Amino acid sequence: MTFETAYFGIGRLDRLSYQDTAVHRLDPRAKVIATMLFVVSVVSFPRYEVLSLFPFLLFPVLMSAIGDIPAGFIARKVVAISPFAVFVGMFNPLFDTSTVSIAPGLSVSAGWISFASILVKYALTISAALLLIATTSFPGICRGLRRLKVPSLFVSQLLFMYRYLFVLMEEAMRVVRARDMRSFGKRGTGGRIFIRIVGTLFLRTVERAERIYGAMLARGFRGEVPSMRHEILRIADVLFVLACGSLFALCRLVPLPEVIGRIAGGLFA
Amino acid sequence: MSHHIIEFRDVRYRYPDGTQALKGVSFRVTHGESVGIVGANGAGKSTVLLHMNGLLLPTSGVVTIGEVPLVKGTLEEVRRKVGFIFQNPDDQLFMPTVLEDVAFGPLNLGMSPGAAGELALEALRRVGALDLRDKPPHHISGGQKSSVAIATVLAMNPDILVMDEPAASLDPKARRLLIGMLRSFTHSKIVASHDLDLILDVCERCIVIREGAVAADGPAEKILSDRELLEANSLELPLSLQRR
Repeated sequence: MTFETAYFGIGRLDRLSYQDTAVHRLDPRAKVIATMLFVVSVVSFPRYEVLSLFPFLLFPVLMSAIGDIPAGFIARKVVAISPFAVFVGMFNPLFDTSTVSIAPGLSVSAGWISFASILVKYALTISAALLLIATTSFPGICRGLRRLKVPSLFVSQLLFMYRYLFVLMEEAMRVVRARDMRSFGKRGTGGRIFIRIVGTLFLRTVERAERIYGAMLARGFRGEVPSMRHEILRIADVLFVLACGSLFALCRLVPLPEVIGRIAGGLFA
Repeated sequence: MSHHIIEFRDVRYRYPDGTQALKGVSFRVTHGESVGIVGANGAGKSTVLLHMNGLLLPTSGVVTIGEVPLVKGTLEEVRRKVGFIFQNPDDQLFMPTVLEDVAFGPLNLGMSPGAAGELALEALRRVGALDLRDKPPHHISGGQKSSVAIATVLAMNPDILVMDEPAASLDPKARRLLIGMLRSFTHSKIVASHDLDLILDVCERCIVIREGAVAADGPAEKILSDRELLEANSLELPLSLQRR
């Protein structure tokens, strides 16, 4: 993946959030709370759990279907960041070698199961987070967090990160283009150059931050970023949170695949 | 009205790294005047501008805005009077949407969201950028960004407009629109630029800064047609005055 496709990919995530669907219209607070509940329920499963995680797929699938977010786009993003999760779980199969039987006559080491569990948890939580951004917009999430009484300092940091991510990436893109233009096919031209580029970008960032802060002061900034919008929680928002909460509780507390398996088994028996 | 005055009296400024950027700058801009500030790269134009709303405070000398001397305690009052437009609109626009950005100043002045929104819409209308109100600043063009940057300042209803290189990176049409817009404002205006034609169109007075001091100060037409003076300052005659 080149730098430029990564850049325009983020821009696309941003544009998806301008749509107007039932999911987009929900109050940011409701979506933030639902996503948090989702993440907490998913990561609270014990390390050898794989099957019970699958019912949770329902949430991202519904969000992307109703919110009209292309599932392939989200899936590609999840795959693109997956090396982090792979690194985290990579050594489990090597260290955890006790064997577990998963089906009659078929057994694997417990490490593989916990590795799979990490990957599934990762895919679920990251896709939920991406869908939250794609259906709420980053500034929307920040507004929601602020209304949920998250300290203004953190929220302003997030807001500025979002706003200047694009500027920083454009700047990085220009530097990378300038380098490629004069490196005649020797791709990357080595780590040393890369380190210098990062250094230059950092210095430019500091200078820019100073100018932005000046612009903020010039317009009366005194530590609190004011917000204009005042969303009011509607019944639909409350229902959404309650529905999500009970769905997650059900999936967390009842081993659904097993239950379904037993019922299906009962039918055929 | 006498309160739209900007006065620099023997202002000196030394940057923390030891560079003596201003070596005694004195001038006085009265109400409703529009003044161009020109000079070579590194002559100290930007440093002069940054003193006008207290982003820098003089090492020695006095800056007076209105009747208020610029010191730490009066910064807020001064910043309310002086609208400052930065060279790069990306530095000026930091909120998630255009409308929120324009309303940022009025909200900070303690207005209600409703009143601030009204003011912001009015300011956007004046610069012809009303359609952009819900766009995020990173998805609009350079010319649009600079119109919005001007709106952010107009919404605060300043007495004095200060601009650093407002037309850099604008296409000719956007630049022409900007000039029209600037001419229609009755504020006192201070414009630093290398675009001498723009200064000639917008300003009646011109100050030349050289090595941190005022090298010349007079009617724009007279100064900008003085070839020797301009060339001594790494400038040249405005294109509209050049004979080909």
